[in-house]
Amino acid sequence: MAILTAGGEAPGVLASAPRLPKWTPWVFLVGSFAVSYLALLAFSHPNVAGVVVLGVLIYAVAITVTSRRVEGSRYAADRFATTLVVVAFGIALIPLVSLLWTVIARGLKVMSFDFLNTNMVGVFGQMTEGGIFHAIWGTILITAAATVISVPIGILTAVYLVEYGRGALARGVTFFVDVMTGIPSIVAGLFAFTLFTLVFGPAYRAGIMGAAALAVLMTPVVIRSVEEMLRLVPNELREASYALGVSKARTIFKVVLRTAVGGIVTGVMLAIARVIGETAPLLLTVGIVNETNWNLFEGRMTTLPVFAYRQYAQGGVGVDRAWGAALVLIVIVMVLNLLARLVSKYFAPKLER
Amino acid sequence: MTQLDPSLSGPQGTRTGAQERSSFSPAVSSSALEPGQSGLPGQSVQSGQVGSWGGAPLGTTKQSGTQGGANQGGGAFGSRQRGKVASVFAARWFEFLSTAAGITILVVLAAVAGFLIYEAWPAITAAPEDLQKVIGANAGSLLGYIGPLVFGTLLSAIIALVVAVPLSVAIALFISHYSPRRLAGVIGYVIDLLAAIPSVVYGLWGALWLAPQLDPIFTWMTNSLGFIPLFAGYQAPAKNVLTASLVLAVMILPIVTAVTREIFLQTPRLHEEAALALGATRWELVRMTVLPFGRSGIVSASMLGLGRALGETMAVLMILSPGTMYSFFLLKPGQHQTIAANIAAKFPESSGLSVSALIATGLALFIITLLVNMGARWIVSRRAEFNGAN
Repeated sequence: MAILTAGGEAPGVLASAPRLPKWTPWVFLVGSFAVSYLALLAFSHPNVAGVVVLGVLIYAVAITVTSRRVEGSRYAADRFATTLVVVAFGIALIPLVSLLWTVIARGLKVMSFDFLNTNMVGVFGQMTEGGIFHAIWGTILITAAATVISVPIGILTAVYLVEYGRGALARGVTFFVDVMTGIPSIVAGLFAFTLFTLVFGPAYRAGIMGAAALAVLMTPVVIRSVEEMLRLVPNELREASYALGVSKARTIFKVVLRTAVGGIVTGVMLAIARVIGETAPLLLTVGIVNETNWNLFEGRMTTLPVFAYRQYAQGGVGVDRAWGAALVLIVIVMVLNLLARLVSKYFAPKLER
Repeated sequence: MTQLDPSLSGPQGTRTGAQERSSFSPAVSSSALEPGQSGLPGQSVQSGQVGSWGGAPLGTTKQSGTQGGANQGGGAFGSRQRGKVASVFAARWFEFLSTAAGITILVVLAAVAGFLIYEAWPAITAAPEDLQKVIGANAGSLLGYIGPLVFGTLLSAIIALVVAVPLSVAIALFISHYSPRRLAGVIGYVIDLLAAIPSVVYGLWGALWLAPQLDPIFTWMTNSLGFIPLFAGYQAPAKNVLTASLVLAVMILPIVTAVTREIFLQTPRLHEEAALALGATRWELVRMTVLPFGRSGIVSASMLGLGRALGETMAVLMILSPGTMYSFFLLKPGQHQTIAANIAAKFPESSGLSVSALIATGLALFIITLLVNMGARWIVSRRAEFNGAN
């Protein structure tokens, strides 16, 4: 009888050990949570975290021991490993859920039309007025400038690597693009600072400095994603174009880049989403200011991440503003990510014939 | 191609053959750059050869013999050489432009290193007494200043790695081999969401949400595990290096997970099926095929995560209460500081030699992350050579 059920449950008919029924893990899970709750009730006040932690521990021990008695050590190890993997995944969800929940809950407290539509001029002490209008526009301007710098370089470099690059130079560029991906953001900020202060004098501060630092961080990301997209373009398309007598440059423009345009847009948007939250390089170069500054080439600007940091450091009512700025920042990043997903879904190159 | 060089659009069918070849192989087209030298006969011979086998299928009845074709082609080519350099440039301007963009990358990277060295030089060569006014007397020399910062940076990054890598491997396994396939895509997206959250938000979350949550746990640790020096001497609030490292771990989790997941998904199907055919359980399948195949991938993913953790600024700046000591008391505040957070904290109020000293620490950070990232890439590329597993 035991062998018969084993044949029904296990992948191989030769399985000799009897197996636990399929519903066992779920019953064990419910049981161990109940035991955990009762145990905590007996000794102290049960709270959610305590019940879950103790319950998972009890479950892991119970399922492993039972499986070892019934199924043997190999299956016991399998069940234990499965428990570990699922628990690890659950642990990873804790920061994500709590972070999003905290930011949304605390950010919504200060969110209002005025908060989005005023700057910090004339706000001091513990005044609750003031907002992030200047920070939103500073972030948009600086990120746009960084995009304008890095996207052409990024796309051209990707074209070089995919279409033209041969030999040592191409290998070198590939390698150093990878290396550049790992440049710490603060080092990029130091680079932009030294570059501009050497040229324009030590007191020069402008949004373009921050844009240059962000461009250093953004370019390798753009190159990587565009390169991947260009490599996805089937070679048959290129060869068909050459066979019609079209030049290589024209083929790249009209066939390769046009086929990959959805992927390129997606890659660029993800790169923007990655740099729009950078704080450290902007802290060093652009700084912070109370009024709205529309000029990228003159004077300090305020950006959302730096604003959030400075308000947090100031404490008091500033912490609320920091959460508000963080919420706006996360919304911007999520919208960019979502748009990128949609673009890649609807403009994906049709690879099937 | 036709409008690029009028001499090539003649009636000779063989010319289009040679043209085709030249557009495919850069060697041939570059030999056409120099007019009136050995490149021309070479090309005409080639066109003759092409004509001999390619002429008939193309239906070029004009072409009777290879010799005539070679002569005709050579003549047409030679007679219209003026403006050829310009037209070659017109044909290849895009190649030059994209090559220049590639070189720009190398130049920028060299400029980053160059500018940092140039600006750090005053601090490196400064007299000790001048330097001590800037960095404090107890640091002694520039190395004495950088040393504790490097120690703090490495300590926080390594703790983050120790926490994040086992979790990431487990999550990657969950996505690649445990979860239902439909769920796997959603989970991958959720993990990618973690990567998209700005670091300043992680800092806020770590300082204002996580630190209070960790307070009872740390109190318990220092009370019951305090005999281990690592956990001794906790003081509330939890602004210590362990809190900062846990936030760093959450921040590097997505990248490590993404890279390991990609590697795990590449495990040769034949290996997995062989293990299953031998009656392996799922864990045995993972242990015998997936993990051995992905080992170098895990190592390089960890090093990428290490590079990320080393350079992370805001989370550490907002959470850690700084100090410059070589200390292993993970729960004591005011013991450690990282290079990046130190720069961000002091740079806005610095000038002159202290800026140089900070840039010198930034140079040290740049070199450390460069080495770590190059090591990771080297492992990845070495792995690619042995990819013929199936």
